[in-house]
Amino acid sequence: MSVATVTAFEPELQWEPSARGRLGMYCLIAAEAAIFTIFVVAYLFYLGKSLSGPTPQQVLHVPVLFTICLLSSSLTIHLAVRSLRKAKVGAFARWWFLTLFLGATFLAGTAMEWRHLIYDEGLTIQTNLFGTTYYSLVGLHAFHVLMGLLALSTVWLFAMFGKVRNEHAERIDTLALYWHFVDTVWVVVFLIVYVIGR
Amino acid sequence: MSTDVITLPGAQTTVEMRRPLVDTLHEWVTTVDHKKLGLMYILYALVFLLIGGVEATIMRIQLSAPHKDFVSPQVFNRMFTMHGTTMIFFVAMPLVFGLANYLVPLMIGTRDMAFPRLNAFSFWLSAFGGLLLYFSLIGANGLYGAGNAPDVGWFAYAPLTSHSFSVGHSTDFWTLSLLVSGFGSIGTAINIIVTILCLRCPGMKLGKMPLFVWLNLVMAGLVILAVSPLSAAQIMLSIDRYLGGHFFDTQAGGSAVIWMHFFWIFGHPEVYVLVIPAFAVACEVIPVFSRKAIFGYPVMVAATIAIAFIGMSVWAHHMFTVGMSSNANTFFVLSTMAVAVPTGIKIFNWLATMWGGKIDFKTPMLFCAGFLFQFLLAGLTGIMMSAAPFDWQLGNSYFVVAHFHYVIVGGILFCLFAAFYYWFPKMSGRMYNEPLGKLHFWLFLIGFHLTFDFMHIPGMLGMPRRIYTYEPGRGWDTWNLIVSIGVVFQAAGILVFAANLIWSYFRGKIAGNDPWDAWTLEWTTSSPPPAYNFAAIPSVKSRRPLWDLKHPEDPDWKYE
Repeated sequence: MSVATVTAFEPELQWEPSARGRLGMYCLIAAEAAIFTIFVVAYLFYLGKSLSGPTPQQVLHVPVLFTICLLSSSLTIHLAVRSLRKAKVGAFARWWFLTLFLGATFLAGTAMEWRHLIYDEGLTIQTNLFGTTYYSLVGLHAFHVLMGLLALSTVWLFAMFGKVRNEHAERIDTLALYWHFVDTVWVVVFLIVYVIGR
Repeated sequence: MSTDVITLPGAQTTVEMRRPLVDTLHEWVTTVDHKKLGLMYILYALVFLLIGGVEATIMRIQLSAPHKDFVSPQVFNRMFTMHGTTMIFFVAMPLVFGLANYLVPLMIGTRDMAFPRLNAFSFWLSAFGGLLLYFSLIGANGLYGAGNAPDVGWFAYAPLTSHSFSVGHSTDFWTLSLLVSGFGSIGTAINIIVTILCLRCPGMKLGKMPLFVWLNLVMAGLVILAVSPLSAAQIMLSIDRYLGGHFFDTQAGGSAVIWMHFFWIFGHPEVYVLVIPAFAVACEVIPVFSRKAIFGYPVMVAATIAIAFIGMSVWAHHMFTVGMSSNANTFFVLSTMAVAVPTGIKIFNWLATMWGGKIDFKTPMLFCAGFLFQFLLAGLTGIMMSAAPFDWQLGNSYFVVAHFHYVIVGGILFCLFAAFYYWFPKMSGRMYNEPLGKLHFWLFLIGFHLTFDFMHIPGMLGMPRRIYTYEPGRGWDTWNLIVSIGVVFQAAGILVFAANLIWSYFRGKIAGNDPWDAWTLEWTTSSPPPAYNFAAIPSVKSRRPLWDLKHPEDPDWKYE
């Protein structure tokens, strides 16, 4: 301890807004993950405990296409941020719009699935435990997709007016983190609802 | 308002004094300054402390003798529900966040929190959460078409919260207010973590942070992991009540026990969310008034993290009486007992800090000394009840009520009082009145022990919690009367405290920058600190930067 390693001004963490933003987003993701964990636990706990039908085996179809849409949107948003880092604003706007489109397609897929379940299969949130836990878990995820889409659209509007530039790359990347998180949650929800639970 | 600090033009307080009231109010409502928000958190908590105290007093009057009918059973149920909810969510949490908000940026030598607007947003979420809870008194149409307060208990077990047992909207007000204030808590926790990790002044490595900052960092992490499950559970309860879901509906195969799990996954870490900041206060006050550096700094940090870590896995000790499997019981017995180890380490560290020190029993130190004894006793009854068979006997009795009030009042509130007296000079610029402070301490100490020491006994004699009244001749009568008499002393103490705060704010003697000859950065700036906190961002070399400044011949960084 007596070795003189003390220098007057050591480079500590910088006053850089992006580091703050990223860390804040990581914390938010931790909190959200805890919320999702509780819903996942409830889903797993109530698997097969419904007193009446319909059951997941009878009514659920694996949404392969829409899952591919959502998961590939993680790639497109990554490419968008990479383009922005290289100051290719045009490429950024195109990749960004593609991300938006893929996310919206996924949400439309959820809407169609729900419409099918409600009108054709007669499964609502009130029908049985499966209905309650399914709509809550998938709905919570869809709500996060929707929030993400609103944020993505805002950025896209700014991009359309030429207001998104290279120096915003770190902030945009922070938002992309959230989007990656939403996609990751879908991997879990997909496994729980459509693979394990079916 | 001391003169030995650089004042910028326009920052003089004399200008503020002459402004119209509307301007001042507007400034407070729209502020994003961490100090103003911290003070608002604290004032808001003090208002709710009075309200929650009145509710407790009403319960104790009702229970002071058998067969009393001071209030109706319905009102009694509302009182214990509102008392618990208020004290945890709208007194203890905002006090903890208020102190963290005010002190963390000052202690790490920065000018504000990382996200000032998020900070204001979180505060107002919490504030409106509290208003929402109390709006139920007039807004929640109950059975009789009139408003009523929630009456399902602060942990709101299913199926009491279902529509058939909780008619009207009182439970919805409870759910929504906790959801809203929970989001506020998560926002503040994120802010505290990012502030501490990103905004420390040059030289302040993690190992050089004051322990107060370290412990608040751990607290914020716990809030993120603990309050989120509560939010999830409240969302589920809302789905049950508003959309006809079946999460906690046993008629449809749902489980009432899973609500208990979800609630206590929040509920037990919440105890540590509240007690770790109390430890944080003790970690600052005890060294300063013992005139010694804290004993075992790294161990203190490690013990805190261990408490948080183990504290996440003990929740079901609240549920021994529910009837879990013997494996689950064994796990939760052992994990609960394990928490005592890091907690014990902390107590020994504080004692070792005091050992051989030149102890100065000013009011903050008195409260911390009280805390040490009382928290030890609270921990011991905790260990007793961590043994499942013992808990089967005494679970849901007044013994439990006495135990957790020993933790929350004897441990947490005593430390928070210490914090008030210790940092009052910094926050207001004036010294509090020492004799009044000591009077507060002794009144409150006597009241606390009258109430909560003797509350253990009717519990052991079989008195269950939450009963509205009881039969005479069971041996509970005298004990209950003593318990209720203690309330008088506590209330008197609180009145002295309030009088002291108000009197000292206007008439107290000017404190100066550093009235305690303390060692952390908040004492380098003026009292109260200017909006920008530090004219120049400080740079530190050790855990006690002010010691280094005051003792250049023997600075700490040579030894750390």
